[in-house]
Amino acid sequence: MDVAQVTVTLAGAGLIALVVWFFWLKKEEGMRATLTSSGYQEAMILVKGGYTPDTIVVERGKPVRLVFRREETSPCSEQVIFDDFKKSAQLPKGKPVAIELMPTEPGSYPFTCQMGMLRGTLVVE
Amino acid sequence: MSTASESMVWAGATERPATADAELGDSQREYRALMRKWWFAAAIGVPTMILSYPWIFPVLGDWLPRGSDRLRAVWVVMGLAALAVLAYSGSQFFTGAWRALRHRQANMHTLIAIGTGVAWLYSTIALAAPSLFPDEDLAEVYYDVSVVVTALVVLGLALEVKARGRSSEAIRKLIGLQAKTARVVRDDRELDVPIEAVVAGDLVVVRPGEKIPVDGEVVEGASAVDESMITGESIPVAKGPGDEVIGATLNTTGAFRFRATRVGSDTALAQIVRLVEDAQASKVPIQRIVDVVSGYFTPAVMIMAIGGFVLWYDFGPAPALAYAVIVGVTTLIIACPCALGMATPMSLTTGVGKGAENGILIRSGDALQVTSKLDSVILDKTGTITWGKPTLTDLVAAGLPEDDLLRLAAAVEKASEHPLAAAIVAGAEERDLQLPSVDEFEAVPGHGVRARVEGRDVLLGNRRLMEREGVDVAALAADWERLADEGKTPMYAAVGGRAAGLVAVADTVKDDSIAAIRALKNVGIEVAMLTGDNWRTAEAIARQVGVDRVLAEVLPEDKAAEVKKLQLEGKRVGMVGDGINDAPALTQADVGFAIGTGTDVAIEAADVTLISGSLRGVVTAIAVSKATMRNVRQNLTGAFAYNSLGLPIALGVLYPFVGVLLSPLMAAAAMSFSSVTVISNANRLRRWRPKEV
Repeated sequence: MDVAQVTVTLAGAGLIALVVWFFWLKKEEGMRATLTSSGYQEAMILVKGGYTPDTIVVERGKPVRLVFRREETSPCSEQVIFDDFKKSAQLPKGKPVAIELMPTEPGSYPFTCQMGMLRGTLVVE
Repeated sequence: MSTASESMVWAGATERPATADAELGDSQREYRALMRKWWFAAAIGVPTMILSYPWIFPVLGDWLPRGSDRLRAVWVVMGLAALAVLAYSGSQFFTGAWRALRHRQANMHTLIAIGTGVAWLYSTIALAAPSLFPDEDLAEVYYDVSVVVTALVVLGLALEVKARGRSSEAIRKLIGLQAKTARVVRDDRELDVPIEAVVAGDLVVVRPGEKIPVDGEVVEGASAVDESMITGESIPVAKGPGDEVIGATLNTTGAFRFRATRVGSDTALAQIVRLVEDAQASKVPIQRIVDVVSGYFTPAVMIMAIGGFVLWYDFGPAPALAYAVIVGVTTLIIACPCALGMATPMSLTTGVGKGAENGILIRSGDALQVTSKLDSVILDKTGTITWGKPTLTDLVAAGLPEDDLLRLAAAVEKASEHPLAAAIVAGAEERDLQLPSVDEFEAVPGHGVRARVEGRDVLLGNRRLMEREGVDVAALAADWERLADEGKTPMYAAVGGRAAGLVAVADTVKDDSIAAIRALKNVGIEVAMLTGDNWRTAEAIARQVGVDRVLAEVLPEDKAAEVKKLQLEGKRVGMVGDGINDAPALTQADVGFAIGTGTDVAIEAADVTLISGSLRGVVTAIAVSKATMRNVRQNLTGAFAYNSLGLPIALGVLYPFVGVLLSPLMAAAAMSFSSVTVISNANRLRRWRPKEV
């Protein structure tokens, strides 16, 4: 192996480590939903190439209202699905759509687009 | 108050169709935009491909020899053109990749963006600073890769957008069924009003050939109504006062008026649209495995591409750098997370829509998957296999004409409140018999009824009544036994103290129950019948319709337990019944089918609602579920096979053996082709038709 090959190999290993760290080893920090006067835990989620924020932390036993607003035309994101809650909604572009849920058990509940490409998590504490 | 409710109706009625139209517009705009991008990329792509290898063309090769300054100048222009293609035609890949990166996620856009971007960067470095490369051969350009890959993938996306629109056609068809106006009676005048202005309680006028605007109950007039668009039943249904009509169905030749009961978002049609949309948005259980895989897929492809690059650089043939770049780029391009992601949702959307077209509402992907795997179906007898109301079935006349026997029996029963009495009266009315008036009517509890008709004593009841009155019915005993064995309820009749015959009523079997049960058995499903009737009646019906198993004398509250017993035998059990009395059993079953409920389609306990009352719906529901699941499996197998064959080939595993290395252009074509194939296969389901049962 010459110097160039060793360099390329090391750089490749470094890149692979970067990919693993960047995509798979991210911390789920999450945003805590705010409690409104009507007793709902509410959060706004922007849909644009992903969900922003993509992790929402709520408390169990209190109703949750997640308001999605889709700001893109890509058909991938036109639907959001909460499989565990059997809820879904169509997201017309630019129009806020609320999904209401009642989390009873603590845990991590994913929500995705129809194809499972965009992902978010509802963390129930 | 009325304004408030009207505005709510407006809101409810207009919301959904508007959304659907908007979506249609969105997807058409998207399609047109993508097609523009494709034409631009294709227009640049053709000269780019030619000018990347001018030496293989006779005249061009002489004019632009390899390594000449003239060729380098052409390549500079090509590089700029390729940049324009990436910036315009490929813009969604870069913006999509960037947006995903900000969420620390990766998707198809990421792969395409990196693939085409790396090819462009490599070419530009090779062009700008060839001295960086150890060998002049390495300093070639791959602008054609950037441009053609972008062109092909954009074309694939455009076809995908178009096909996706088609898969949700069912919903648009349903929404399109909605009438636009209604003719209502207000202040004694008939007014044409927009459908949104109809309120519950309005009197609606329907003329021959018109669409029924909202749900309601007929108050006057009569007609036959074509309900096929909602129930899937092709034969028009007779309607008269008191009958329910469903909005969006089509009146045939009669005219009638009806009282609106459900309007706006409460109509059966609006509920159906909602249920179908919800079901289409749900997930088939298999999809959960796919979701886990696709969560790791894209980064895994990147890792493979990096690994492939390093291996080819370290161990590949010369020029190693060129091969390494090709392998890395091809690997990124060929991977198709889209085919994987679309495999099940596309089929589910089409399959659920297909069900709705045939009057079958499958509530979720779970219900669909389990329905396709049922081993056993329990049918509630009353109202499911049979009509659920007794009708006159047999007359055995002794010593007088049949019509006379029926006329007298019906005349007596007309005064009675017994549920079987109504069947006899209806039987007489069907034959247009004039019923004489009766005197001295007497109901003898546990025995029957008696009265004087046209000066004669008429008795109708069981053997005990006849014995009590001293009527000899021995001659009729054999017929009585025969009718009872057929599951009917025979009654003795006597006129003037002498036996006059038998009148039998029974809850008759629906016309198509026998065929439907045979069809279920033909696909290997065990069919059981559940009833509260005694064993004799139950077995008579069972013989008639051909079920495998009879569960008789079951109390209503024990129905769920019977379902559970079958489940304990290790069977996946479907229960077919009405949505109210059978709700616990429907819930207990692996799949609960609620049958024939007219306008009330959103039955909580049911996994599948059969809008028409026919058992054929169960056969069709199972068939459509099987067809859909087969389609899902084909798509998933195809997508997995494609990726698991394509990736190794792109990485060059074939190279040591047969010297074949995939070009990035082939990879792009294959990738676009694979996602279009998945969609086309799902669209194949649209041609699915239920078999005639």
